[in-house]
Amino acid sequence: MGVSIAFWILAAIGVMAALAVVLLRDVFRAALSLVLCFLTVAGIYITLSADFLAAVQILIYVGAISVLIILAIMLTREVQRGSPSNKLQIPAFLVAVLFLGGVTFAMLNTPWAVSSAPPLEPTTPAIAGLLFGEGGFILPVEIAPILLLAAILGAIALVREK
Amino acid sequence: MVGLEHYLILAAVLFSIGLYGALAKRNAIVILMSIELMLNGVNIALVAFSRYIVPLMLTGQVFTIFVMVVAAAEVAVGLAIIISIYRHRETIDATKINLMKW
Repeated sequence: MGVSIAFWILAAIGVMAALAVVLLRDVFRAALSLVLCFLTVAGIYITLSADFLAAVQILIYVGAISVLIILAIMLTREVQRGSPSNKLQIPAFLVAVLFLGGVTFAMLNTPWAVSSAPPLEPTTPAIAGLLFGEGGFILPVEIAPILLLAAILGAIALVREK
Repeated sequence: MVGLEHYLILAAVLFSIGLYGALAKRNAIVILMSIELMLNGVNIALVAFSRYIVPLMLTGQVFTIFVMVVAAAEVAVGLAIIISIYRHRETIDATKINLMKW
């Protein structure tokens, strides 16, 4: 019961924060409501008993990515101009609504094989076993740092003064 | 009692809001923020599938970790590109950045 109440509150706040991101005219306030949306997504992970992912969400999204976005807003002095829409506003709205309708229809009409087993808690040892253990995801884990290194080098090369 | 469908619809709503923002906005940073919203919606769907379909395998949570890695790399490179464009052209209006438009 408590999980249901928490889900509805978090979902309402998260959807409103997401709407604020695309509807607010002030870019800085949009970035702050994006942080709020990331926080409610972390709460959603907790209601799904994904404790490790909730911590990672707060560390990476709320901690790092939002700081990067706010830093970029500060570095590009476009805050006065706000966040205007382009000519595609109505087609974009139609595409989004059609997508939402189609996906919701497909989701509600698919007979999901929902398992009745209780969720695994705590999840951190199990995720560690999956990531680093035998027959797990060790190759993607090894590729991820290469991607991060390439991203860091690319970012440095892009913003370096000539 | 909330079930799998509730989480999936929440994920679809977040993804659609991000899709609208990515298509309709002119500020490049707001477009990047909308893409982050879309990635978060997909993550919620992955974790919900992992919780309700295979509660003991956690495969969806591992996929979510990889999505987060790619999102972090994408934000770093994307913001570097935006700052580089701003430095050369004094604007981040996506309708005016049309150097590679045919």
